Amino acid sequence: MAFLQIDHMTKFFPSHSGGSPVCIFKDVTIKIEKGEFVTTIGHSGCGKSTLLNIIAGLESATEGGVILNGREAAGPGLDRMVVFQNFALMPWMTVFDNIRLAVRAAYPDWDREKIAAHVHKYIALVGLKGAETKRPTALSGGMKQRVGLARAFAIEPKVLLLDEPFAQIDALTRGVIQEELIQMWNATRNTVFMVTHDVDEAILLSDRILLMTNGPGARIAENVIVTIPRPRARVTVIEHPHYYKIRNHIIHFLVEHAKHDDVEVASGASDGKSPRVVDFEKESLILR
Amino acid sequence: MSTQGQPWMISVFLLAVFLTGWHLFTLRPAFDPKGKTDEQLQLMEFNGDIVRTPEGGYAWNPEKEKVKGVPGPLMVFDKARMELAEAFVKKGTNDHGIAYLVVYTVSRFAAGFLAASVVAIMLGVLLGLNKALFQAVNPFIQILKPISPLAWMPLLLYTVKDPKWTAVLVVFMAAIWPTLATTAFGVTSLRKEYLHVAAILQLSWFKRLYKVILPGAAPTIVNGLRISFGSALVAVVPAEMLLGELGVGYLSWIEWNNLDIAGVIFAILVVGVVGVILDSGFNKLAGLVTYQE
Repeated sequence: MAFLQIDHMTKFFPSHSGGSPVCIFKDVTIKIEKGEFVTTIGHSGCGKSTLLNIIAGLESATEGGVILNGREAAGPGLDRMVVFQNFALMPWMTVFDNIRLAVRAAYPDWDREKIAAHVHKYIALVGLKGAETKRPTALSGGMKQRVGLARAFAIEPKVLLLDEPFAQIDALTRGVIQEELIQMWNATRNTVFMVTHDVDEAILLSDRILLMTNGPGARIAENVIVTIPRPRARVTVIEHPHYYKIRNHIIHFLVEHAKHDDVEVASGASDGKSPRVVDFEKESLILR
Repeated sequence: MSTQGQPWMISVFLLAVFLTGWHLFTLRPAFDPKGKTDEQLQLMEFNGDIVRTPEGGYAWNPEKEKVKGVPGPLMVFDKARMELAEAFVKKGTNDHGIAYLVVYTVSRFAAGFLAASVVAIMLGVLLGLNKALFQAVNPFIQILKPISPLAWMPLLLYTVKDPKWTAVLVVFMAAIWPTLATTAFGVTSLRKEYLHVAAILQLSWFKRLYKVILPGAAPTIVNGLRISFGSALVAVVPAEMLLGELGVGYLSWIEWNNLDIAGVIFAILVVGVVGVILDSGFNKLAGLVTYQE
Protein backbone atom coordinates (compact mmCIF):
# COMPACT_ATOMS: atom_id res chain seq x y z
CA MET A 1 0.00 0.00 0.00
CA ALA A 2 1.28 3.40 -0.99
CA PHE A 3 1.94 6.10 1.63
CA LEU A 4 -0.84 8.30 0.30
CA GLN A 5 -3.56 6.66 -1.70
CA ILE A 6 -6.56 8.29 -3.31
CA ASP A 7 -8.85 5.37 -3.75
CA HIS A 8 -11.50 5.17 -6.50
CA MET A 9 -12.64 8.68 -5.81
CA THR A 10 -15.66 10.24 -7.52
CA LYS A 11 -17.07 13.68 -6.94
CA PHE A 12 -20.46 15.01 -7.95
CA PHE A 13 -21.51 18.64 -7.58
CA PRO A 14 -25.17 19.61 -7.43
CA SER A 15 -26.07 21.19 -10.75
CA HIS A 16 -26.73 24.94 -10.84
CA SER A 17 -29.86 24.58 -12.93
CA GLY A 18 -31.27 22.08 -10.45
CA GLY A 19 -30.95 19.09 -12.76
CA SER A 20 -29.04 15.91 -12.07
CA PRO A 21 -25.68 16.33 -10.27
CA VAL A 22 -22.61 17.03 -12.40
CA CYS A 23 -19.75 14.57 -12.21
CA ILE A 24 -16.51 16.47 -11.65
CA PHE A 25 -14.17 13.51 -11.79
CA LYS A 26 -14.73 9.82 -11.80
CA ASP A 27 -12.97 6.86 -10.29
CA VAL A 28 -9.67 8.61 -9.66
CA THR A 29 -6.97 6.46 -8.10
CA ILE A 30 -3.60 7.96 -7.23
CA LYS A 31 -0.82 6.25 -5.34
CA ILE A 32 1.98 8.38 -3.92
CA GLU A 33 5.00 6.93 -2.16
CA LYS A 34 6.60 8.50 0.86
CA GLY A 35 8.89 11.38 -0.11
CA GLU A 36 7.47 11.62 -3.60
CA PHE A 37 6.61 14.92 -5.29
CA VAL A 38 3.58 14.36 -7.48
CA THR A 39 1.87 17.04 -9.53
CA THR A 40 -1.49 17.03 -11.26
CA ILE A 41 -1.92 19.21 -14.33
CA GLY A 42 -5.19 19.96 -16.01
CA HIS A 43 -7.25 22.76 -17.46
CA SER A 44 -9.22 25.08 -15.20
CA GLY A 45 -12.40 23.41 -14.03
CA CYS A 46 -11.17 19.84 -14.41
CA GLY A 47 -11.53 19.40 -10.67
CA LYS A 48 -7.88 19.27 -9.69
CA SER A 49 -8.32 21.81 -6.89
CA THR A 50 -11.41 19.94 -5.70
CA LEU A 51 -9.31 16.79 -5.64
CA LEU A 52 -6.69 18.56 -3.52
CA ASN A 53 -9.34 19.94 -1.18
CA ILE A 54 -10.77 16.46 -0.69
CA ILE A 55 -7.33 15.12 0.20
CA ALA A 56 -7.00 18.01 2.65
CA GLY A 57 -10.38 17.07 4.13
CA LEU A 58 -11.87 20.48 3.34
CA GLU A 59 -14.39 18.94 0.95
CA SER A 60 -15.85 15.48 0.91
CA ALA A 61 -15.84 12.95 -1.89
CA THR A 62 -19.04 11.48 -3.23
CA GLU A 63 -17.41 8.06 -3.46
CA GLY A 64 -14.02 6.71 -2.52
CA GLY A 65 -11.59 7.98 0.07
CA VAL A 66 -8.09 8.97 1.07
CA ILE A 67 -5.75 6.57 2.82
CA LEU A 68 -2.69 8.08 4.46
CA ASN A 69 -0.08 5.83 6.01
CA GLY A 70 -2.51 2.92 6.12
CA ARG A 71 -5.34 4.85 7.78
CA GLU A 72 -8.31 6.59 6.29
CA ALA A 73 -7.89 10.36 6.38
CA ALA A 74 -11.33 11.93 6.75
CA GLY A 75 -11.75 15.59 7.63
CA PRO A 76 -8.98 18.17 7.83
CA GLY A 77 -5.93 17.53 9.97
CA LEU A 78 -2.43 18.69 10.78
CA ASP A 79 -0.96 15.75 8.84
CA ARG A 80 -2.10 17.31 5.53
CA MET A 81 -1.20 20.98 5.36
CA VAL A 82 -2.25 23.10 2.40
CA VAL A 83 -0.34 25.94 0.78
CA PHE A 84 -3.15 28.01 -0.67
CA GLN A 85 -3.23 29.77 -4.01
CA ASN A 86 -4.30 33.04 -2.34
CA PHE A 87 -1.95 32.50 0.60
CA ALA A 88 -4.72 32.40 3.27
CA LEU A 89 -2.64 34.35 5.76
CA MET A 90 -4.59 36.05 8.53
CA PRO A 91 -4.28 39.76 7.67
CA TRP A 92 -4.73 40.77 11.34
CA MET A 93 -1.67 38.79 12.42
CA THR A 94 2.00 39.49 11.83
CA VAL A 95 4.18 37.09 9.84
CA PHE A 96 5.47 35.64 13.09
CA ASP A 97 1.99 35.22 14.59
CA ASN A 98 0.67 33.57 11.43
CA ILE A 99 3.33 30.87 11.62
CA ARG A 100 3.18 30.64 15.40
CA LEU A 101 -0.56 29.94 15.27
CA ALA A 102 0.22 26.86 13.19
CA VAL A 103 3.21 25.74 15.25
CA ARG A 104 1.28 26.08 18.51
CA ALA A 105 -1.51 24.00 17.04
CA ALA A 106 0.90 21.33 15.81
CA TYR A 107 2.96 21.12 19.01
CA PRO A 108 0.60 21.95 21.86
CA ASP A 109 3.00 20.74 24.55
CA TRP A 110 5.92 22.93 23.50
CA ASP A 111 6.76 25.94 25.66
CA ARG A 112 6.90 29.54 24.45
CA GLU A 113 10.63 29.63 23.76
CA LYS A 114 10.67 26.40 21.82
CA ILE A 115 7.76 27.55 19.67
CA ALA A 116 9.39 30.94 19.02
CA ALA A 117 12.70 29.30 18.09
CA HIS A 118 10.93 26.94 15.70
CA VAL A 119 9.05 29.82 14.06
CA HIS A 120 12.24 31.85 13.70
CA LYS A 121 14.00 28.88 12.13
CA TYR A 122 11.41 28.59 9.38
CA ILE A 123 11.21 32.35 8.83
CA ALA A 124 14.96 32.29 8.27
CA LEU A 125 14.60 29.29 5.96
CA VAL A 126 12.35 31.24 3.57
CA GLY A 127 14.56 34.33 3.82
CA LEU A 128 12.05 36.50 5.64
CA LYS A 129 14.29 37.50 8.53
CA GLY A 130 13.44 41.07 9.49
CA ALA A 131 9.84 40.80 8.30
CA GLU A 132 8.58 38.97 11.40
CA THR A 133 6.55 41.88 12.72
CA LYS A 134 5.10 42.89 9.36
CA ARG A 135 1.52 42.20 8.47
CA PRO A 136 0.68 40.35 5.23
CA THR A 137 -0.66 43.58 3.68
CA ALA A 138 2.84 45.02 3.78
CA LEU A 139 4.30 42.06 1.86
CA SER A 140 4.52 41.36 -1.86
CA GLY A 141 2.82 38.28 -3.30
CA GLY A 142 6.07 36.38 -3.35
CA MET A 143 6.82 37.18 0.29
CA LYS A 144 3.28 36.22 1.29
CA GLN A 145 3.68 32.81 -0.26
CA ARG A 146 7.04 32.40 1.44
CA VAL A 147 5.15 32.85 4.70
CA GLY A 148 2.60 30.31 3.46
CA LEU A 149 5.40 27.82 2.71
CA ALA A 150 7.11 28.48 6.03
CA ARG A 151 3.82 27.91 7.84
CA ALA A 152 3.24 24.66 5.98
CA PHE A 153 6.77 23.29 6.43
CA ALA A 154 6.93 24.43 10.06
CA ILE A 155 4.24 22.01 11.23
CA GLU A 156 6.08 19.17 9.48
CA PRO A 157 3.02 17.52 7.96
CA LYS A 158 3.01 14.00 6.55
CA VAL A 159 1.77 15.38 3.25
CA LEU A 160 2.14 18.85 1.83
CA LEU A 161 -0.65 19.92 -0.49
CA LEU A 162 0.23 22.76 -2.85
CA ASP A 163 -2.80 24.33 -4.54
CA GLU A 164 -1.44 26.33 -7.49
CA PRO A 165 0.91 27.96 -4.99
CA PHE A 166 2.66 30.32 -7.41
CA ALA A 167 -0.25 31.25 -9.67
CA GLN A 168 -0.64 34.69 -8.14
CA ILE A 169 3.04 35.56 -8.10
CA ASP A 170 4.79 37.45 -10.88
CA ALA A 171 6.85 35.32 -13.26
CA LEU A 172 10.29 36.49 -12.12
CA THR A 173 9.62 35.98 -8.43
CA ARG A 174 7.91 32.68 -9.18
CA GLY A 175 11.15 31.16 -10.47
CA VAL A 176 13.05 32.23 -7.37
CA ILE A 177 10.47 30.79 -5.00
CA GLN A 178 10.29 27.57 -6.98
CA GLU A 179 14.01 27.05 -6.39
CA GLU A 180 13.56 27.89 -2.71
CA LEU A 181 10.84 25.28 -2.58
CA ILE A 182 13.23 22.75 -4.16
CA GLN A 183 15.78 23.48 -1.45
CA MET A 184 13.23 23.17 1.33
CA TRP A 185 11.93 19.96 -0.15
CA ASN A 186 15.48 18.60 -0.50
CA ALA A 187 16.04 19.27 3.17
CA THR A 188 12.81 17.68 4.38
CA ARG A 189 11.91 15.19 1.62
CA ASN A 190 8.25 15.72 2.36
CA THR A 191 5.58 13.90 0.46
CA VAL A 192 4.04 16.56 -1.78
CA PHE A 193 0.90 16.63 -3.87
CA MET A 194 0.64 19.73 -6.04
CA VAL A 195 -1.89 20.94 -8.57
CA THR A 196 -0.94 23.51 -11.16
CA HIS A 197 -1.48 24.52 -14.75
CA ASP A 198 2.13 25.62 -15.22
CA VAL A 199 3.95 22.91 -17.18
CA ASP A 200 7.48 24.22 -16.53
CA GLU A 201 6.79 24.44 -12.83
CA ALA A 202 5.54 20.87 -12.79
CA ILE A 203 8.62 19.54 -14.61
CA LEU A 204 11.03 21.48 -12.42
CA LEU A 205 9.51 20.29 -9.16
CA SER A 206 7.92 16.90 -9.65
CA ASP A 207 8.90 13.25 -9.73
CA ARG A 208 5.73 12.38 -11.59
CA ILE A 209 3.11 14.44 -13.38
CA LEU A 210 -0.47 13.24 -13.61
CA LEU A 211 -2.38 14.59 -16.59
CA MET A 212 -6.06 15.14 -16.03
CA THR A 213 -8.65 15.29 -18.78
CA ASN A 214 -11.24 18.06 -18.90
CA GLY A 215 -14.41 17.78 -16.88
CA PRO A 216 -17.13 16.88 -16.46
CA GLY A 217 -16.25 13.33 -15.63
CA ALA A 218 -12.53 14.10 -15.64
CA ARG A 219 -10.02 11.33 -15.04
CA ILE A 220 -6.29 10.89 -14.74
CA ALA A 221 -5.29 9.87 -18.25
CA GLU A 222 -1.50 9.76 -18.10
CA ASN A 223 1.25 9.38 -15.57
CA VAL A 224 4.37 11.14 -16.88
CA ILE A 225 7.62 10.24 -15.15
CA VAL A 226 9.95 13.25 -14.99
CA THR A 227 13.15 11.51 -16.06
CA ILE A 228 15.43 14.40 -15.15
CA PRO A 229 17.82 13.68 -12.30
CA ARG A 230 17.86 15.76 -9.14
CA PRO A 231 19.12 18.11 -7.90
CA ARG A 232 17.45 20.33 -10.45
CA ALA A 233 17.80 24.03 -11.07
CA ARG A 234 15.88 26.24 -13.45
CA VAL A 235 18.88 26.92 -15.69
CA THR A 236 20.16 23.37 -15.92
CA VAL A 237 16.88 21.52 -16.13
CA ILE A 238 16.06 22.92 -19.57
CA GLU A 239 19.34 21.57 -20.97
CA HIS A 240 18.39 17.98 -20.21
CA PRO A 241 17.44 16.11 -23.43
CA HIS A 242 14.16 14.93 -21.92
CA TYR A 243 12.99 18.40 -20.86
CA TYR A 244 11.40 19.46 -24.13
CA LYS A 245 10.20 15.93 -24.85
CA ILE A 246 8.27 15.93 -21.59
CA ARG A 247 7.16 19.52 -22.01
CA ASN A 248 5.93 18.98 -25.58
CA HIS A 249 4.20 15.79 -24.57
CA ILE A 250 2.31 17.51 -21.77
CA ILE A 251 1.40 20.56 -23.84
CA HIS A 252 0.27 18.31 -26.67
CA PHE A 253 -1.89 16.45 -24.21
CA LEU A 254 -3.36 19.65 -22.79
CA VAL A 255 -4.12 21.03 -26.26
CA GLU A 256 -5.34 17.84 -27.91
CA HIS A 257 -6.16 14.97 -25.64
CA ALA A 258 -7.69 16.83 -22.78
CA LYS A 259 -10.62 17.68 -25.01
CA HIS A 260 -11.28 14.06 -25.87
CA ASP A 261 -14.01 12.30 -24.01
CA ASP A 262 -13.55 9.42 -21.66
CA VAL A 263 -13.66 6.62 -24.22
CA GLU A 264 -10.98 7.97 -26.50
CA VAL A 265 -8.54 8.69 -23.71
CA ALA A 266 -9.22 5.34 -22.18
CA SER A 267 -8.33 3.64 -25.45
CA GLY A 268 -4.79 4.95 -25.04
CA ALA A 269 -4.47 3.40 -21.61
CA SER A 270 -3.38 -0.19 -21.22
CA ASP A 271 -6.27 -1.61 -19.19
CA GLY A 272 -8.78 1.16 -19.72
CA LYS A 273 -8.70 2.15 -16.03
CA SER A 274 -5.26 3.03 -14.80
CA PRO A 275 -3.43 5.92 -16.47
CA ARG A 276 -0.95 5.31 -19.25
CA VAL A 277 2.61 5.54 -17.99
CA VAL A 278 4.85 7.84 -20.02
CA ASP A 279 8.52 7.25 -19.31
CA PHE A 280 11.10 8.72 -21.66
CA GLU A 281 13.82 6.44 -20.28
CA LYS A 282 11.93 3.67 -22.03
CA GLU A 283 11.64 5.15 -25.51
CA SER A 284 9.71 2.16 -26.82
CA LEU A 285 6.67 3.25 -24.85
CA ILE A 286 6.46 6.49 -26.72
CA LEU A 287 4.22 6.35 -29.70
CA ARG A 288 5.16 9.72 -31.14
CA MET B 1 -3.64 83.71 0.78
CA SER B 2 -4.66 80.24 -0.22
CA THR B 3 -7.70 79.12 1.73
CA GLN B 4 -7.31 75.50 0.71
CA GLY B 5 -4.61 74.72 3.22
CA GLN B 6 -6.35 76.44 6.15
CA PRO B 7 -9.67 74.72 6.79
CA TRP B 8 -9.59 75.69 10.47
CA MET B 9 -9.51 79.36 9.49
CA ILE B 10 -12.65 78.87 7.47
CA SER B 11 -14.18 77.09 10.47
CA VAL B 12 -13.34 80.02 12.71
CA PHE B 13 -14.70 82.44 10.14
CA LEU B 14 -17.95 80.49 9.78
CA LEU B 15 -18.32 80.38 13.57
CA ALA B 16 -17.75 84.12 13.79
CA VAL B 17 -20.33 84.77 11.08
CA PHE B 18 -22.80 82.50 12.82
CA LEU B 19 -22.30 84.06 16.26
CA THR B 20 -22.49 87.60 14.89
CA GLY B 21 -25.62 86.78 12.93
CA TRP B 22 -27.14 85.12 15.97
CA HIS B 23 -26.25 88.08 18.14
CA LEU B 24 -27.66 90.67 15.72
CA PHE B 25 -30.79 88.66 15.06
CA THR B 26 -31.62 88.30 18.75
CA LEU B 27 -30.62 91.81 19.76
CA ARG B 28 -33.53 93.74 21.28
CA PRO B 29 -33.59 97.54 21.18
CA ALA B 30 -33.06 99.24 24.55
CA PHE B 31 -36.24 100.28 26.36
CA ASP B 32 -37.51 103.57 25.07
CA PRO B 33 -39.88 105.33 27.53
CA LYS B 34 -40.84 107.93 24.91
CA GLY B 35 -44.57 108.10 24.21
CA LYS B 36 -45.49 106.32 27.43
CA THR B 37 -47.25 108.02 30.32
CA ASP B 38 -45.90 107.79 33.88
CA GLU B 39 -48.84 105.56 34.77
CA GLN B 40 -48.02 103.16 31.97
CA LEU B 41 -44.39 103.06 33.10
CA GLN B 42 -45.39 102.44 36.71
CA LEU B 43 -47.67 99.62 35.61
CA MET B 44 -44.86 98.07 33.55
CA GLU B 45 -42.50 98.34 36.48
CA PHE B 46 -45.15 96.85 38.71
CA ASN B 47 -45.56 93.94 36.27
CA GLY B 48 -41.79 93.44 36.27
CA ASP B 49 -41.39 94.21 32.59
CA ILE B 50 -38.98 97.07 33.26
CA VAL B 51 -36.74 98.15 36.10
CA ARG B 52 -35.42 101.49 37.24
CA THR B 53 -31.76 102.03 36.43
CA PRO B 54 -29.47 103.74 38.97
CA GLU B 55 -29.42 106.78 36.65
CA GLY B 56 -33.18 107.22 37.11
CA GLY B 57 -34.24 105.95 33.71
CA TYR B 58 -35.92 102.68 32.78
CA ALA B 59 -34.54 99.46 31.21
CA TRP B 60 -35.99 96.06 30.31
CA ASN B 61 -36.03 93.68 33.26
CA PRO B 62 -33.11 91.29 32.60
CA GLU B 63 -34.90 88.50 34.50
CA LYS B 64 -37.89 88.69 32.18
CA GLU B 65 -35.65 89.03 29.12
CA LYS B 66 -34.57 85.45 29.63
CA VAL B 67 -37.93 84.12 28.55
CA LYS B 68 -38.64 86.63 25.83
CA GLY B 69 -37.65 85.73 22.29
CA VAL B 70 -34.56 83.72 21.52
CA PRO B 71 -31.57 84.45 23.77
CA GLY B 72 -28.42 85.75 22.10
CA PRO B 73 -24.99 84.16 22.26
CA LEU B 74 -23.90 86.37 25.15
CA MET B 75 -26.75 85.16 27.33
CA VAL B 76 -25.95 81.54 26.49
CA PHE B 77 -22.30 82.26 27.25
CA ASP B 78 -23.28 83.76 30.63
CA LYS B 79 -25.43 80.71 31.36
CA ALA B 80 -22.59 78.36 30.38
CA ARG B 81 -20.14 80.21 32.59
CA MET B 82 -22.55 79.96 35.49
CA GLU B 83 -23.24 76.28 34.94
CA LEU B 84 -19.58 75.39 34.50
CA ALA B 85 -18.67 77.30 37.65
CA GLU B 86 -21.14 75.07 39.50
CA ALA B 87 -20.20 71.94 37.56
CA PHE B 88 -19.45 69.92 40.67
CA VAL B 89 -22.13 71.32 42.94
CA LYS B 90 -25.18 69.36 44.00
CA LYS B 91 -27.86 71.86 44.95
CA GLY B 92 -30.71 69.45 45.41
CA THR B 93 -32.21 66.13 44.35
CA ASN B 94 -32.86 67.37 40.84
CA ASP B 95 -30.22 70.08 40.55
CA HIS B 96 -26.86 68.45 40.10
CA GLY B 97 -23.88 70.21 38.51
CA ILE B 98 -23.25 69.75 34.81
CA ALA B 99 -20.25 67.45 35.43
CA TYR B 100 -22.50 65.04 37.35
CA LEU B 101 -25.09 65.15 34.58
CA VAL B 102 -22.45 64.31 31.96
CA VAL B 103 -21.20 61.40 34.07
CA TYR B 104 -24.77 60.11 34.53
CA THR B 105 -25.46 60.23 30.81
CA VAL B 106 -22.13 58.73 29.79
CA SER B 107 -22.41 55.85 32.26
CA ARG B 108 -26.03 55.19 31.30
CA PHE B 109 -25.01 55.21 27.66
CA ALA B 110 -21.94 53.05 28.27
CA ALA B 111 -23.90 50.44 30.26
CA GLY B 112 -26.60 50.08 27.62
CA PHE B 113 -24.22 50.18 24.68
CA LEU B 114 -21.69 47.72 26.10
CA ALA B 115 -24.35 45.24 27.19
CA ALA B 116 -26.01 45.46 23.78
CA SER B 117 -22.67 45.06 21.99
CA VAL B 118 -21.71 41.95 23.95
CA VAL B 119 -25.12 40.33 23.42
CA ALA B 120 -25.26 41.37 19.75
CA ILE B 121 -21.76 40.12 18.94
CA MET B 122 -22.35 36.78 20.67
CA LEU B 123 -25.69 36.26 18.96
CA GLY B 124 -24.30 37.55 15.68
CA VAL B 125 -21.42 35.08 15.68
CA LEU B 126 -23.83 32.27 16.52
CA LEU B 127 -26.11 33.24 13.63
CA GLY B 128 -23.19 33.83 11.29
CA LEU B 129 -21.85 30.34 11.88
CA ASN B 130 -25.20 28.66 11.43
CA LYS B 131 -26.70 29.54 8.09
CA ALA B 132 -30.03 27.81 8.72
CA LEU B 133 -30.45 29.51 12.09
CA PHE B 134 -29.55 32.87 10.52
CA GLN B 135 -32.16 32.44 7.82
CA ALA B 136 -34.71 31.41 10.42
CA VAL B 137 -34.06 34.34 12.74
CA ASN B 138 -33.43 37.00 10.12
CA PRO B 139 -37.12 37.88 9.52
CA PHE B 140 -37.51 38.66 13.22
CA ILE B 141 -34.40 40.85 13.20
CA GLN B 142 -35.72 42.69 10.16
CA ILE B 143 -39.02 43.40 11.94
CA LEU B 144 -37.45 44.40 15.25
CA LYS B 145 -34.64 46.50 13.75
CA PRO B 146 -36.67 49.49 12.47
CA ILE B 147 -38.71 49.87 15.68
CA SER B 148 -37.75 53.07 17.44
CA PRO B 149 -36.14 52.19 20.77
CA LEU B 150 -38.42 54.75 22.44
CA ALA B 151 -41.43 52.75 21.33
CA TRP B 152 -40.34 50.04 23.74
CA MET B 153 -40.24 52.42 26.67
CA PRO B 154 -43.74 52.05 28.10
CA LEU B 155 -43.46 48.28 27.91
CA LEU B 156 -40.01 48.30 29.49
CA LEU B 157 -41.14 50.68 32.20
CA TYR B 158 -44.10 48.43 32.90
CA THR B 159 -41.97 45.28 33.08
CA VAL B 160 -38.85 46.47 34.92
CA LYS B 161 -40.77 49.09 36.97
CA ASP B 162 -37.67 51.21 37.40
CA PRO B 163 -36.97 54.29 35.27
CA LYS B 164 -33.23 54.00 35.89
CA TRP B 165 -32.99 50.58 34.27
CA THR B 166 -35.58 51.46 31.67
CA ALA B 167 -33.31 54.24 30.38
CA VAL B 168 -30.40 51.79 30.12
CA LEU B 169 -32.63 49.28 28.36
CA VAL B 170 -33.80 51.88 25.85
CA VAL B 171 -30.16 52.48 24.97
CA PHE B 172 -29.72 48.71 24.82
CA MET B 173 -32.62 48.32 22.40
CA ALA B 174 -31.26 51.12 20.23
CA ALA B 175 -27.79 49.59 20.09
CA ILE B 176 -28.45 45.88 19.64
CA TRP B 177 -29.88 45.51 16.14
CA PRO B 178 -27.27 47.10 13.86
CA THR B 179 -24.44 45.25 15.61
CA LEU B 180 -26.34 41.97 15.55
CA ALA B 181 -27.13 42.20 11.85
CA THR B 182 -23.64 43.27 10.75
CA THR B 183 -21.86 40.77 12.99
CA ALA B 184 -23.85 37.92 11.51
CA PHE B 185 -23.11 39.29 8.04
CA GLY B 186 -19.41 39.74 8.84
CA VAL B 187 -19.08 36.17 10.07
CA THR B 188 -20.92 34.66 7.08
CA SER B 189 -18.83 36.67 4.63
CA LEU B 190 -15.54 35.77 6.33
CA ARG B 191 -13.19 34.42 3.67
CA LYS B 192 -13.41 30.68 3.81
CA GLU B 193 -9.65 30.12 3.51
CA TYR B 194 -9.30 31.46 7.06
CA LEU B 195 -11.72 28.84 8.29
CA HIS B 196 -9.94 26.22 6.19
CA VAL B 197 -6.64 27.08 7.86
CA ALA B 198 -8.33 26.91 11.25
CA ALA B 199 -9.82 23.53 10.34
CA ILE B 200 -6.51 22.09 9.16
CA LEU B 201 -4.76 23.36 12.28
CA GLN B 202 -7.49 21.67 14.33
CA LEU B 203 -8.04 24.76 16.43
CA SER B 204 -10.50 24.31 19.26
CA TRP B 205 -13.90 25.94 18.92
CA PHE B 206 -12.91 28.66 21.36
CA LYS B 207 -9.56 29.35 19.70
CA ARG B 208 -11.22 29.39 16.30
CA LEU B 209 -13.60 32.02 17.65
CA TYR B 210 -11.14 34.45 19.16
CA LYS B 211 -8.13 33.82 16.91
CA VAL B 212 -9.89 33.65 13.55
CA ILE B 213 -13.60 34.43 13.46
CA LEU B 214 -13.77 37.51 15.70
CA PRO B 215 -10.63 39.24 14.40
CA GLY B 216 -11.56 38.31 10.85
CA ALA B 217 -15.02 39.80 11.16
CA ALA B 218 -13.81 42.72 13.30
CA PRO B 219 -13.91 45.41 10.58
CA THR B 220 -17.51 44.53 9.77
CA ILE B 221 -18.44 44.26 13.44
CA VAL B 222 -16.92 47.69 14.10
CA ASN B 223 -19.05 49.15 11.31
CA GLY B 224 -22.12 47.72 13.00
CA LEU B 225 -20.99 49.05 16.37
CA ARG B 226 -20.57 52.47 14.81
CA ILE B 227 -24.18 52.48 13.59
CA SER B 228 -25.34 51.18 16.97
CA PHE B 229 -23.30 53.83 18.69
CA GLY B 230 -25.01 56.64 16.80
CA SER B 231 -28.45 55.22 17.31
CA ALA B 232 -27.83 54.72 21.04
CA LEU B 233 -26.55 58.26 21.38
CA VAL B 234 -29.71 59.55 19.72
CA ALA B 235 -31.87 57.42 22.03
CA VAL B 236 -30.30 58.38 25.36
CA VAL B 237 -31.45 62.04 25.29
CA PRO B 238 -35.20 61.49 24.79
CA ALA B 239 -35.05 58.52 27.18
CA GLU B 240 -33.78 60.83 29.91
CA MET B 241 -36.37 63.47 29.03
CA LEU B 242 -39.30 61.09 29.13
CA LEU B 243 -38.19 59.17 32.19
CA GLY B 244 -36.97 62.20 34.14
CA GLU B 245 -33.62 60.59 34.77
CA LEU B 246 -30.85 63.05 35.60
CA GLY B 247 -28.51 63.61 32.67
CA VAL B 248 -27.71 66.03 29.89
CA GLY B 249 -30.89 65.12 27.99
CA TYR B 250 -32.88 65.78 31.14
CA LEU B 251 -31.06 69.10 31.57
CA SER B 252 -32.47 70.30 28.29
CA TRP B 253 -35.99 69.40 29.40
CA ILE B 254 -35.72 70.87 32.91
CA GLU B 255 -34.40 74.14 31.50
CA TRP B 256 -37.41 74.20 29.20
CA ASN B 257 -39.63 73.69 32.24
CA ASN B 258 -37.78 76.58 33.86
CA LEU B 259 -38.48 78.59 30.69
CA ASP B 260 -34.73 79.19 30.51
CA ILE B 261 -34.10 79.09 26.78
CA ALA B 262 -30.41 79.94 27.19
CA GLY B 263 -30.21 76.88 29.44
CA VAL B 264 -31.86 74.77 26.75
CA ILE B 265 -29.30 75.93 24.20
CA PHE B 266 -26.49 75.25 26.65
CA ALA B 267 -27.85 71.73 27.23
CA ILE B 268 -27.95 71.12 23.47
CA LEU B 269 -24.31 72.18 23.22
CA VAL B 270 -23.37 69.85 26.08
CA VAL B 271 -25.11 66.94 24.32
CA GLY B 272 -23.04 67.74 21.24
CA VAL B 273 -19.77 67.89 23.18
CA VAL B 274 -20.54 64.61 24.98
CA GLY B 275 -21.27 63.02 21.60
CA VAL B 276 -17.96 64.21 20.15
CA ILE B 277 -16.02 62.91 23.16
CA LEU B 278 -17.69 59.49 23.06
CA ASP B 279 -17.28 59.27 19.30
CA SER B 280 -13.57 60.02 19.30
CA GLY B 281 -13.07 57.46 22.06
CA PHE B 282 -14.94 54.93 19.96
CA ASN B 283 -12.84 55.68 16.89
CA LYS B 284 -9.66 55.11 18.87
CA LEU B 285 -10.94 51.70 19.99
CA ALA B 286 -12.10 50.83 16.48
CA GLY B 287 -8.65 51.60 15.09
CA LEU B 288 -7.16 48.93 17.34
CA VAL B 289 -9.17 46.03 15.94
CA THR B 290 -9.45 46.79 12.23
CA TYR B 291 -7.00 45.56 9.65
CA GLN B 292 -6.35 45.95 5.93
CA GLU B 293 -6.93 43.11 3.52
